[in-house]
Amino acid sequence: MGELRLMKGNEAIAEAAIRAGCDGYFGYPITPQSEILEYLMAEKPYEKTGMVVLQAESEVASINMVYGGAGAGKMVMTTSSSPGVSLMQEGISYIAGAELPALLVNINRGGPGLGTIQPSQADYWQSTKGGGHGDYHLLVLAPASVQEMSDFVKLGFDLAFKYRNPVIIHSDGAIGQMMEKVVLFDPIPRRTDDEIKKQCPWATVGKTPDRKRSIITSLELDPGKQEQVNLRLQAKYRKMEAEEVRYEEIACDDAEYIFVAFGTSARICQKSIELARAKGYKVGLFRPITLYPFPVNPLRELSTKIKGILVVEMNAGQMIEDVKLAVSCSLKVEHYGRFGGIIPTPEEVTENLISKVIGG
Amino acid sequence: MEKTINKEQIRKPENLVYRRTPLLVDVPLSYCPGCGHGTAHRMIMEVIEEMGIQQDTIGIAPVGCSVLAYDFLDIDMQQAAHGRAPALATAIKRLWPDKFVFTYQGDGDLAAIGTAETIHACNRGEHFTMIFVNNGIYGMTGGQMAPTTLPHMRSSTSPYGRDVEIMGFPLKMTELITHLPGTYYVTRQSVHTPANVRKTKKAIRKAFENQKLKKGISFVEIVSNCNSGWKMNAVQANKWMEENMFPFYPLGDLKVDGQIVEKK
Ligand SMILES: Cc1ncc(C[n+]2csc(CCOP(=O)(O)OP(=O)(O)O)c2C)c(N)n1
Repeated sequence: MGELRLMKGNEAIAEAAIRAGCDGYFGYPITPQSEILEYLMAEKPYEKTGMVVLQAESEVASINMVYGGAGAGKMVMTTSSSPGVSLMQEGISYIAGAELPALLVNINRGGPGLGTIQPSQADYWQSTKGGGHGDYHLLVLAPASVQEMSDFVKLGFDLAFKYRNPVIIHSDGAIGQMMEKVVLFDPIPRRTDDEIKKQCPWATVGKTPDRKRSIITSLELDPGKQEQVNLRLQAKYRKMEAEEVRYEEIACDDAEYIFVAFGTSARICQKSIELARAKGYKVGLFRPITLYPFPVNPLRELSTKIKGILVVEMNAGQMIEDVKLAVSCSLKVEHYGRFGGIIPTPEEVTENLISKVIGG
Repeated sequence: MEKTINKEQIRKPENLVYRRTPLLVDVPLSYCPGCGHGTAHRMIMEVIEEMGIQQDTIGIAPVGCSVLAYDFLDIDMQQAAHGRAPALATAIKRLWPDKFVFTYQGDGDLAAIGTAETIHACNRGEHFTMIFVNNGIYGMTGGQMAPTTLPHMRSSTSPYGRDVEIMGFPLKMTELITHLPGTYYVTRQSVHTPANVRKTKKAIRKAFENQKLKKGISFVEIVSNCNSGWKMNAVQANKWMEENMFPFYPLGDLKVDGQIVEKK
């Protein structure tokens, strides 16, 4: 059985990285996620599991360290918050283009610009629609608890290697900073060199006479071949859409109205459900866990049984576009958002459901 | 009496004076005729062959004329974003500490967009080799001004010559990193004459051997021509390089075995 601890979300990510058998972490300090690098430096996993931990000179450097390490078959990750993740976008696009496994974490803070260090969900579009240049997708996991911060590190690495695609944990400063109990999974040993060579025959680990040289690149100058590369990527994304959708339904069985929310907003909505039900409204919550692939079909199915949706986000209305596409505008879909680092209260969320969707 | 020698005899090992290292893939290079990149590639691969480290070497070539280096060098390679090769190399070397890792970068790459990665990799004392091909210009994108473009030198973005009042001064990155504690070997060479080619090869060999010591960065600058970008033929370009580039970027060792070489 796993070990029970009281931890911050950020600490859970760091501890889970060590336990998942991660080979290398590269990062640059930024609030509200600096605890991840601090925790790792205090734990010194390089003396225990052999995991490399390095404070890079910038997020540009750390994402390119991840690119290098991933190309060499290693299990590598970086974490940052909004402005830092913006700085990484070229490198993320290269990693997606070269089809490498890597784990990224964005502990969202309010923007735009330097914005605020308070929690936000305003990087939804950046995480789910590309962010960098070119047609690519990250696989996006949205934890709503410290437990999921830990679990999704392991899941994230598994998916990254399964699809040879970067996975991003899209979280926010509230979950990063709050403390909850978490059951940590048992440590998994780091892969041996031989295991890496077997698992990743494409990796740059030194060319042996029995194989062609491994080349890690996203360059293909011939447009005909580059289109084939894109088609291969698109086929991979369709496979993810078919196989990797994750979501949770809470109190939806008898619901007439639902919230659609992820991460911290979903936590708040759970309380709002209680408040609404106390007033006699049958309200549930649909929580996308994978933001990409978005749970289109389950939401569409649920939408046929309800009368209206309130999308609750700590942004000005980003995921609502995916919700509307999923339900084909077949019912009332409204948005309630707070932004700039404000976390909505359960009361105001319930009030907005009543005023905007249920109707007074 | 003239002695004739037939093809078969020429190919006998005892009559061979040159052989292409099999570690250079037998395909046409994408470089302009007269360019130094091809010779620099050959020196690296000859060293890797002689050291017997093909199975243990990982190369990184970022954006620039040598972006397709992986097509020519028969070793595992990674293509990096513009300027970021030292970041990739840092991770690869730390994650595979017994491998030989090198970057192969142009001047725009290493001394402009990648300045931070260059300086910090050098300053951390990473244990890989950096090969820096300085041709004073952005070759791949068509001859724009580089951080290393000489004062008064023409390029497509300094068409009247580099005016340092407006465009700033050329950056001597090699001198700069010499003074960082993390560099162990820093040298500046060229590949425009057979004698210089031999010296460059020796320098590259030392730079690779040094990786076994784990004492920091070994950095080999190769001052090279760009006859296309400079709009000269190859002979003119080499002469121009000797007359203009070498006085500004003097050849020779700057730091050996961690000791700065004092100029007399
Ligand atoms: C982020 C980014 N900016 C600009 C470019 C365009 N670009 C490609 S190569 C290059 C200059 C390369 O010059 P240098 O490093 O001196 O190498 P050379 O081509 O001369 O060998 C530039 C500006 C790019 N590929 N990526």
